[in-house]
Amino acid sequence: MAKVTLTVNGRTMSSECDDRTLLVHFIRDKLGLTGTHVGCDTTQCGACVVHMDGKSVKSCSILAVQAAGSTVTTIEGIASQGELHPVQAAFNQHHGLQCGFCTPGMVMTAVDMINRHGGQLDEQTVRHELEGNICRCTGYHNIVKAVLSANEEMHGASRQAAE
Amino acid sequence: MGMEGIGARVARKEDKRFLTGKGRYTDDMVVPGMKYAYFVRSPHAHAKITGINVSAAKAMPGVIDVLDGKQLQADGIGNLICGWMIHSKDGSPMKMGAWRPLAVDTVRYVGDAIAIVVADSVAEARDAAEVVTVDYEELPAVITSVAALEAGAPQIHPEAPGNLIFDWQIGDGAATDKAIAEAAHVTEIEILNNRLSPNPMEPRAALGVYDEAEDHYTCYTTSQNPHVARLVMSAFYNVAPENKLRVIAPDVGGGFGSKIYIYPEEIVCLWASKKTGVPVKWTSDRTEAFLTDAHGRDHVSKVKMAFDKNHRIIGLKVDTIANLGAYMSLFSSAVPTYLYATLLSGQYAIPAIHANVRTVYTNTVPVDAYRGAGRPEATYLLERTMEVAARELGVSPAELRRKNFIRSFPYQTPVIMNYDAGDYDASLTAAMDAADWNGFPARRAEAEGRGKKRGIGMSCYIEACGIAPSQAVGSLGAGVGLWESAEVRVNAVGTIEVLTGSHSHGQGHETTFAQLVADRLGVPLASVNIVHGDTDKVQMGMGTYGSRSGAVGMSAIVKALDKVEMKAKKIAAHLMEADESDIVIENGELKVAGTDKTLPWFQVALAAYTAHNLPSGMEPGLKETAFYDPSNFTFPAGCYIAEVEIDPDTGKTEIIQFVAADDFGNIINPMIVEGQVHGGLAQGIGQALLEEVRYDEVSGQLLTASYMDYAMPRADDLPSFKLSHQNTPCPSNPLGIKGCGEAGAIGSPPALINAITDAIGVEITMPATPLKVWQALQSAEPRMAAE
Repeated sequence: MAKVTLTVNGRTMSSECDDRTLLVHFIRDKLGLTGTHVGCDTTQCGACVVHMDGKSVKSCSILAVQAAGSTVTTIEGIASQGELHPVQAAFNQHHGLQCGFCTPGMVMTAVDMINRHGGQLDEQTVRHELEGNICRCTGYHNIVKAVLSANEEMHGASRQAAE
Repeated sequence: MGMEGIGARVARKEDKRFLTGKGRYTDDMVVPGMKYAYFVRSPHAHAKITGINVSAAKAMPGVIDVLDGKQLQADGIGNLICGWMIHSKDGSPMKMGAWRPLAVDTVRYVGDAIAIVVADSVAEARDAAEVVTVDYEELPAVITSVAALEAGAPQIHPEAPGNLIFDWQIGDGAATDKAIAEAAHVTEIEILNNRLSPNPMEPRAALGVYDEAEDHYTCYTTSQNPHVARLVMSAFYNVAPENKLRVIAPDVGGGFGSKIYIYPEEIVCLWASKKTGVPVKWTSDRTEAFLTDAHGRDHVSKVKMAFDKNHRIIGLKVDTIANLGAYMSLFSSAVPTYLYATLLSGQYAIPAIHANVRTVYTNTVPVDAYRGAGRPEATYLLERTMEVAARELGVSPAELRRKNFIRSFPYQTPVIMNYDAGDYDASLTAAMDAADWNGFPARRAEAEGRGKKRGIGMSCYIEACGIAPSQAVGSLGAGVGLWESAEVRVNAVGTIEVLTGSHSHGQGHETTFAQLVADRLGVPLASVNIVHGDTDKVQMGMGTYGSRSGAVGMSAIVKALDKVEMKAKKIAAHLMEADESDIVIENGELKVAGTDKTLPWFQVALAAYTAHNLPSGMEPGLKETAFYDPSNFTFPAGCYIAEVEIDPDTGKTEIIQFVAADDFGNIINPMIVEGQVHGGLAQGIGQALLEEVRYDEVSGQLLTASYMDYAMPRADDLPSFKLSHQNTPCPSNPLGIKGCGEAGAIGSPPALINAITDAIGVEITMPATPLKVWQALQSAEPRMAAE
């Protein structure tokens, strides 16, 4: 058993867990944040993507003990004061989700993607970057639209702020 | 209310919880004292169990109990059943072999459940499952349907000699043979429809909770039809009487058919909860899902299509073998029969059709309905045959199809279906225009200049949806009725709850069903809530599959709304001292037509509940229920066109464009309908290019048991789609809806394969992987490979 302490969505949280506990199970079972999902056993589907120290990671491929001391953001932590994050809003506006199961991972991947590319995103890049996230419902059509639209929104806004 | 009513592109009401991580799926459920299950499964495709030893497992840390099939049987839990009776052409009933929730003496596929371990954590349950010793006497296995029918093949069930479940036919054999004999041209082709795994992203899960004080069970489960699950678990598996069993299907992460069925795990978790005295939760991992979720398709067919000298189809003869796996799943017998062969007329006037279908047992996971269920198999067979025929006859594929289209409705096919409405020319024309079909030769020449091979292909599909009416399906062998129910509860303040027997697992019912109510009563969308998925809240309903929730489920809501409206009008007429027939409902108000007298909706609702001043003899309250049974299936149809470019050096197919032109009847929310088409297309394209379940044909081991081995379509594999609609309203339900959930998966595979074979000039089977395409190119043009 190990005691793991990390900062999740701005709050410091601690729990005992088995040494073999994966970060995703720690988040779901120990911290009760069930928005992060498990859709496969082989790090392929991306339903478990969270941000660790500012980068998107598949939380099924990290042990909870490896994440000790880090800062983690999950899908529960990106909306602020009831206001959806622009990526969440774009998924709603463009119907980028159906059953919702892959959605948390998709959104977390998209936020990181948009941040990394500094506004320089096109359809081909978005499709390539989504390689690690599987959706069975949408055929990706509206997910791609939502990511491109959120990219516009976020970088349009930051450009305006800079002016 | 045009902004929120029928036809509006309303953003989904349910999205917020999914987007903020607040969705509640079965695996998210936590109840006090809950423990975790892991199943011991067969590593062999076919074996006798000679002994099970659980003593070491029981001694492992955290283990509460280990239970096996003998204990389950001793407690009177019944075998799993197939709910649709099919008779062979000799009149004998289908041969259903016993399927025990936990195998007792024989295992018949890799993954067959043998015992359940209940422990404090999943990890401990899994550790303990690894030390359960099962002694097996291995038996030879048979994997493919064709091999299962051969003389001397391993026998899988004593009830089914020769592994044959039934040998069924439909249509007029003699007339079809005569047409073939008299034909000017006969196209003959063999069609393989590859085996698929549905793969909803949420794996199946079940949480069984037994309450000893009340002698009551609750089952949280990943189901598309919780009421059917309750009925079957009560009536056939003897888990508990219906009044002692509550089934809750909360948020469900996709189904595509695979979550219609009642599987061993939910039955065993409920039973194990009583046995151990603790709530028991099981969640499938992905490999377990590949091993145990019902697969789809897996047909082998021979086709003869006969043409007269004017290229009119005069006969169609089909001989199909369908692999149903190791046991007969809940609706498995209906899929390759009444959901398949009844669609073999396609969009064409064919005077004589005959189909023979043999279904067989193999040592593979059971096969049942997967998105489209029988209709993709029929469409693929017909549309590939039409394409090959057009090439043999030297005519354009569009013209051959147009020449044979059905143009007058209603149209009675020779295979049961009565098509009620459609305009097949309209969708074909729209698709060809959208794809710039006429500009293709120039694009092909341009690609050739770059060393690439371009191809274009079309597919004109039809499907039968809104699976119903009850009397008709009953006469064909269904064990259940296929109506739908609705209850509309108007609260005293005028807000509304609609309780529906349909179940949303991605389809957006919470939005579209609310749009219907908002449109009808002129109330804000936000004042309407849709409740589904809980047998304690919602009266008996039949669930969501077969693109039926719009056509059947929403029609039930219309019928309940009719009653609500009638009562509200009576109350309003009484209060305003007007004649009931003069009351109209507009913009959330009840008005006396031709006067300025009005009452807001909420005031009428309040009057119904205060009951201070109601018409004489009227019961208080404003709540109505309806059960709706349609008069016919619905018949969505359309035309899909794929254009591909193939790199001859690698065999890789790139989809240049994909056009879908559909007739879905009337549409409630175009944005949601488009989303359904996108998803269906991705699954159909997956079948055509990427996906295939493969077993080792000797050992019966599943070779494609993870996302490392089974190629799911990724964002990079797909284009953006071009969609359009050419809708003709459906005459058999009050909303004119036909259904849109499965079309994409039905129409797209043949369009893709027709395009690929157009590009490479040789036949190919699905999935057309780069390796297969490259190999086909080498066989077609061996000199190129040598260069």
